Amino acid sequence: MRFNERELLSLARQPAEKAAEIRMSLPRKGGVLKKRLVKLVVNFLFYFRTDEAEPIGALLLEHCRVTKEEENVFSISFIEEPERKYCFECASEEQCHEWVEALKRASYEFLRRSLIFYRNEIQKMTGKDPLEQYGISEEARFQLGTSSS
Amino acid sequence: MKLNERSLAFYATCDSPADNSGFLYKRGERHTAYHRRWFVLKGNMLFYFEERESREPVGVIVLEGCNVELCDSAEDFAFAIRFGGTKSRTYVLAAESQAAMESWVKSLSRASFDYMRLVVRELEKQLEEMRWGLARGCGGSRGSPSSWKPKPSGLERSPEPLPALPAVLPKENGCAVWNNVLGVEQPPHPSGCGGHGDEGNPRPPPLPPRRRGSSGEAAAQSPSTFCRLHERYSRDMARLRQDWLQKQRGPRP
Repeated sequence: MRFNERELLSLARQPAEKAAEIRMSLPRKGGVLKKRLVKLVVNFLFYFRTDEAEPIGALLLEHCRVTKEEENVFSISFIEEPERKYCFECASEEQCHEWVEALKRASYEFLRRSLIFYRNEIQKMTGKDPLEQYGISEEARFQLGTSSS
Repeated sequence: MKLNERSLAFYATCDSPADNSGFLYKRGERHTAYHRRWFVLKGNMLFYFEERESREPVGVIVLEGCNVELCDSAEDFAFAIRFGGTKSRTYVLAAESQAAMESWVKSLSRASFDYMRLVVRELEKQLEEMRWGLARGCGGSRGSPSSWKPKPSGLERSPEPLPALPAVLPKENGCAVWNNVLGVEQPPHPSGCGGHGDEGNPRPPPLPPRRRGSSGEAAAQSPSTFCRLHERYSRDMARLRQDWLQKQRGPRP
């Protein structure tokens, strides 16, 4: 699949919501944990060799499952292939917990849910659609239960 | 750079709602010929397929940080997706009608994660302020949203913090909730992406983590920042419209 790598590289250089050196393994048999710089920017998780400026890879965090595995280990897998896990070994349980919480919220679809929820709550309380004043109430992306046209 | 392509392909083709979809002509990189492709916009990812029925996208354009503009082109209803870097490629696309072009320009310019996060924060703030208002016994939550400003600081706030995380967090990150939204009374719906029975209770999802130390980003700490951003969007849209009208009147000298 083609993608605009230059822009993704540029995104990887932006300030991160979260970044840390974490041991990580890719989903394959005998996947070895290797120390990586792991960086969360918008809905992408970039991973770098610790001494390199360009990431080795990126994970788009849509439709993924983030699971705390053991004490300081969490994994990311994707819905269509739940057995293929990217594993991350943190320095502490606390760090592990923080990353799990952050990654669970780091998707566009999560934001969309939040928005629909808040919009609905405000509408229930005020009888008014809070998006109307910004002229975006009809935007497809803010609708409840839209199906692709 | 490696990308989790299989998951991307799944995201592109699964039945989560698309923010826009339709045929667009895409100008090739090296050759200036346009190719008709089926485009699907989900979140900040613009996928394109050879055919509408294709099982996998040919490619994807990550839209974060892009600008959408009208452009000079022999092709009618053309617009461009531009990025900031010096060597960035500009994607030139053309719609099949004026309405389609406007619809795409609108949805693409609002496609960024950052924008969505801004809107969510704004609404969360409004809701919080409303709840504080109620907690102080101020009742009456009528009135236009624009009047939701914090009460004078003389009043003592008994802050009612927003309810905590739902007891059971959703298993999948943003999966398949369009039929099963938090807080909305709907029977749980099995979805193509693996179901989501856990959210019965109406608690607001916590906000995504804040970006640290970002320069040149709207801090979104106050409604005025958000209003300014929206004004900018309206100005951009008005300018695009004007550009287009001028183009319609005739070729530039």
